[in-house]
Amino acid sequence: MVNSKSAYSVAGKKQKNDTHIIVVWVDNEAGVLARVVGLFSGRGYNIESLAVAEVDQKENISRITIVTTGTPQVVDQIKLQLKKLVPVHKVADFKREDKNVIFKEMALFKFVANSEKLIKAFKACKNFNPVVLDETKKSKVIQITALRREIDKMSKNLTKFGLVSVSRTGAVAMTRGSDVFK
Amino acid sequence: MPKLYSGAEIVFKCLEDQNVSHIFGYPGGAVLPIYDELKNFNSIKHILVRHEQGAGHAAEGYARSSGKPGVLLVTSGPGATNAVTALTDAYMDSVPLVCITGQVPTHLIGTDAFQECDTTGITRPCTKHNWLVKDINDLPEIMHKAFEVATTGRPGPVLVDIPKDIQFQKTKYKNYQKVKKLNGKSHDNFSQKNIDDLIGLISKAKKPIFYTGGGVVNSGPKASELLRELVYATGFPITSTLQGLGCFPADDNQFLGMLGMHGTYEANNAMYSCDLMINIGARFDDRITGKIDEFSPKSKKVHIDIDPSSINKNVKVDLPIVGDIKSVLTSTLKTLKKSKKNFSKSNKHQISNWWEKIQKWRSKRSLDYIGSDETIKPQYAIERLYELTKDRDAYITTEVGQHQMWAAQHYKFNKPNRWMTSGGLGTMGYGLPAAVGVQIAHPKKLVVDIAGEASVLMTMQEMSTAVQYNLPIKIFILNNEYMGMVRQWQELLHDKNYSESYTAALPDFVKMAEAYGCVGIRAKTPEELDDKIIEMLNTDRPVIFDCLVDKQENCFPMIPSGKPHNQMLLGPKDQKEKKITGKGRTLV
Repeated sequence: MVNSKSAYSVAGKKQKNDTHIIVVWVDNEAGVLARVVGLFSGRGYNIESLAVAEVDQKENISRITIVTTGTPQVVDQIKLQLKKLVPVHKVADFKREDKNVIFKEMALFKFVANSEKLIKAFKACKNFNPVVLDETKKSKVIQITALRREIDKMSKNLTKFGLVSVSRTGAVAMTRGSDVFK
Repeated sequence: MPKLYSGAEIVFKCLEDQNVSHIFGYPGGAVLPIYDELKNFNSIKHILVRHEQGAGHAAEGYARSSGKPGVLLVTSGPGATNAVTALTDAYMDSVPLVCITGQVPTHLIGTDAFQECDTTGITRPCTKHNWLVKDINDLPEIMHKAFEVATTGRPGPVLVDIPKDIQFQKTKYKNYQKVKKLNGKSHDNFSQKNIDDLIGLISKAKKPIFYTGGGVVNSGPKASELLRELVYATGFPITSTLQGLGCFPADDNQFLGMLGMHGTYEANNAMYSCDLMINIGARFDDRITGKIDEFSPKSKKVHIDIDPSSINKNVKVDLPIVGDIKSVLTSTLKTLKKSKKNFSKSNKHQISNWWEKIQKWRSKRSLDYIGSDETIKPQYAIERLYELTKDRDAYITTEVGQHQMWAAQHYKFNKPNRWMTSGGLGTMGYGLPAAVGVQIAHPKKLVVDIAGEASVLMTMQEMSTAVQYNLPIKIFILNNEYMGMVRQWQELLHDKNYSESYTAALPDFVKMAEAYGCVGIRAKTPEELDDKIIEMLNTDRPVIFDCLVDKQENCFPMIPSGKPHNQMLLGPKDQKEKKITGKGRTLV
């Protein structure tokens, strides 16, 4: 930085980054996802994964779940900036480690291999609610639901059983117990 | 059967219901149906600009000087993209604008049609909200909602994009009902406990300071009155950001002048050394804080702001108070009067040492400059302009650069809404069209654009607008032939390598004025300056005033890059001793 000719201040002290899951309830209207995502990219926030779908057809509400990393200050800014958007109704923020919140991602695995390997592949998935969605003599499509890092690990470990293709969703979240986030 | 109105008619009916009297615009293919309706609505006057950016800045000048939202009407494609600079400017400086753009007919959207662009996509990051009207039945509600969003909470620009076929289609017009509850986007969130905490801090402080900003202006003239009351009731010193100038009288003894990069020595040192900082409607901008790690290290910080996302964004504060300044100040004054009668007297002793210290800083006279008999010093030109206009309740706009800082330092504002400048975005070319807008809002008042010769050339075409509508704006150009602020930084940081900052082929501004059909005046020496300024003020037509000033003058004082508030550069002499090196070069 010593010889930098850039026009602005040098960055201050760096704080520790945490992973947060931000849930946003928005009006399901044209461009709303672009507003939310644009806010992240425009202000330099991270998006690790994203899941969005309409959850209330009558009220026309969509629920966006974003996994992001940032310092506590940045995460606060994300929430406050999101709340300023006109189509945003409410914003929830959960820490990845939060025991009271369930996080799940879904993945589809396609295996192409001999029957012996295909059986092993299914067995390897057994802890993650595996469902066989499609089956031929030399291939299988298996659906699992799990945490992000579990799916990461699985994708690596399953290559030996003929894993050829992975498709996965972003994380979705819900609180445990009878409480509803207001 | 209720009467049906076309989309174009509905646009104007909404403007009427919102009490809009002036719109700034430029016609084009995709807004022709709206322009065709203009003749049927006599209460709305259209001001034809010469470039859509000019329409935007004029609307900004109109809004800032009047407190009403500014409205602009432009066509699709280039019309919309030309307005983007002004929208971004308004977004940064929290100016309420409603921008209406035409769009190609709905069936052509997405086909790369003639003069099509993704207007809502392009303007999404530079508006508070925008709408593409795809159904005529939504139009009345969207139009009214647009005004609501622009003017409530922290104000800002909004945009309504109306395809041409929607402008022709017909629907019923629903009258507008003001909604009390505002979707949770703007609210006074503070409690009496916040106010009590604030009073507690105020009564304990030994080295307090008020740091006020544009939020006070945005909260309305009443907020400025309350601010004055509070400042007098506490006896505390007050400093203001660039945007907040005028909220507190600049010639009052409690006012320390502007703070920040080109703020006064006393204001910046007081900010550095204070034990209580009360931020009212300012946002800890990087031009204010300088090096953030060393920003006012020993103070408790209070932040009063209507925008929750402004709090703890750049600087962590101890007591955030989210609310409209007017209501926060009302509660604060009420509580202060109830719990501590005659506070300013009883507290005088507690802060007397602090005032002594401030007087010491003041005695440095950091705004002083070396005068000259031969050339006009730019600071002198502004001082004379101030002296000759101070009794006329003048409205001042500026462009961006050295002249802007000199104007902020040497022109003393005593009322809010009299000072229009591009602070956040720093848009060269803002001042001239803004002056057009200000003059429209205040036809009888004196409006002066303090300009630099480089900035003013960026939107010079709007002189034609001023001439068309007989707007007697005064363009007071401090002409040093350089992009002065660029040259100053090149001198201080880049070893006087004046790369591309000299304008070699400037026009003759006097002849240019004549070509536009207005009046050109030139001042070359300090001796003739007063007479020439008086001549300008006595001319009831638009004037371009070409004031030839010292070409080498720099803007001081200045917080050199990468330094905290207590290490300021005071002037040419001081500069040699504190050469900017290393990391400092990155901070401009």
